[in-house]
Amino acid sequence: MANIMIRENPAGGLVFYLPKRDLEADIQSIEFDGPDKWGGELKLENGGSYYIDPIPRPARLPISVRARRLGAAED
Amino acid sequence: MAALTREETEALIAEVLEVYPEKAHKDRKKHLMVNDKTLESSKKCITSNRKSLPGVMTMRGCAYAGSKGVVWGPIKDMVSISHGPIGCGQYARAGRRNYYVGTTGVDAFCEINFTSDFQEKDIVFGGDKKLARLIQEVEQLFPLNKGISVQSECPIGLIGDDIEAVSKKAAAEIGKPVVPVRCEGFRGVSQSLGHHIANDSVRDWILSNRDGRPFEKTPYDVAILGDYNIGGDAWASRILLEEMGLRVVAQWSGDGTLPEMENTPNVKLNLLHCYRSMNYISRHMEEKYGIPWREYNFFGPTKIKESLRGIASFFDDRIKEGAERVIEKYTPMMEAVIAKYRPRLEGKKVMLYVGGLRPRHVVGAYEDLGMEVIGTGYEFAHNDDYDRTIKDMGEATLIYDDVTGYEFEKFVDAMKPDLIGSGIKEKYVFHKLGVPFRQLHSWDYSGPYHGVDGFAIFARDMDMTLNNPCWKKMTPPWLKKTEQPEEAEKAAA
Repeated sequence: MANIMIRENPAGGLVFYLPKRDLEADIQSIEFDGPDKWGGELKLENGGSYYIDPIPRPARLPISVRARRLGAAED
Repeated sequence: MAALTREETEALIAEVLEVYPEKAHKDRKKHLMVNDKTLESSKKCITSNRKSLPGVMTMRGCAYAGSKGVVWGPIKDMVSISHGPIGCGQYARAGRRNYYVGTTGVDAFCEINFTSDFQEKDIVFGGDKKLARLIQEVEQLFPLNKGISVQSECPIGLIGDDIEAVSKKAAAEIGKPVVPVRCEGFRGVSQSLGHHIANDSVRDWILSNRDGRPFEKTPYDVAILGDYNIGGDAWASRILLEEMGLRVVAQWSGDGTLPEMENTPNVKLNLLHCYRSMNYISRHMEEKYGIPWREYNFFGPTKIKESLRGIASFFDDRIKEGAERVIEKYTPMMEAVIAKYRPRLEGKKVMLYVGGLRPRHVVGAYEDLGMEVIGTGYEFAHNDDYDRTIKDMGEATLIYDDVTGYEFEKFVDAMKPDLIGSGIKEKYVFHKLGVPFRQLHSWDYSGPYHGVDGFAIFARDMDMTLNNPCWKKMTPPWLKKTEQPEEAEKAAA
């Protein structure tokens, strides 16, 4: 489990940031994107994927959440 | 004139790496790359933020340097205690030339070395009591300080002193913030982790101190983050921002004060100069207070214009007009600088090896002067820095991470730059090799280099160094005859 931050980029997409590794990557897809259920598996542009427990869609980004690594993107 | 081609650069890297034993070869290979502008991410081509190889000369610092020297040190009204043996504080004292307004020893304390001067008995019996006594003494001698930070040196972590407890107690006693910073030098691989630790301690102990207190806001409040006012840099930047109609609430941390930092959560936009050392706190403020942040670059006319317009885009038309007005006002000044120095500097090749932001930020300024950066590298960057660098650098230029003394010399030998910009540890080596050199960490005791005023000084300094007559006198008279005529010609040119 790692603390990650999800923020919005100027284009309106989501950006994933893992402070511990200074890893910043665009999120290509998010499993749940509804108002009540938001989160699930995050697929990153660098090929990695992380899982965050679904929560109601946050009123404001960025948000820090705990995430679990599913697929290794980095070394 | 042209820089090396991709193949030549690759061959050079291979040649330089040849002397290493197999393991070192494998490791160092990952830290060198040839720039490819088409790349989106540096991840696959360059490895960074890794432990330096034992046995090579690295130019890196430690976490203490990153925290005390870079982030906490320049806050002028705080006393930063170097907690531990005396050397760290003494050799980090005032070395970065973070200018400030104030009376040293009365209401400003950057240039004074406060240290607990650890002796053997402090290591054996612990230094907590000494620290508590020291804080009282500081408070008594310098009552105008606004707060105290305790910067741990290596032994503090090793012997397990509880500086947090001492700090909490002392803070209650003196009624000011006392910030324990766990920036022991052995943490992390370079000063970079020190920046992070310092940012985290600002976040935990300073940032929310004034939450809920009244503050007179304007819609044009900004904070300058990551400008350490080296040689007056932050002032040269601040002028431009204020002239376009913004109100600079805080400077982090060059010429900055504790109240400024505590008021930063009230700003509308955080302007981030040194991404590496302050992105952490910017991200935190974005999340907690909803303050957007933007990186900017005030080196050289092209980047200044770009940055001013970019900053203005966050505000209304008044600021946008302000930005245009500022650009219009200063364009003749900047053009005059270019007209004066460009003919003297045109076509010269530069190699850089600096710290957090300069290896990419100054590229624009050199290009404005008609110079070409043929190689660049960082001491302690992470991959996100290299992502940004790839875009700013020319095609097929050499990029080196945590370059070793040997590699750097070899690269210079092969690529023959006309100017090198790096730190004090490299300066005299290259002087002796007869290569013009500017110390780009503290602007070689000159500056400022940011902003419009800074650009004029930057151009003058580069000209002064490059066209200095002393470089023609590098060959002693008794060797001149044996020299090849070609080289003699070059030296005379």
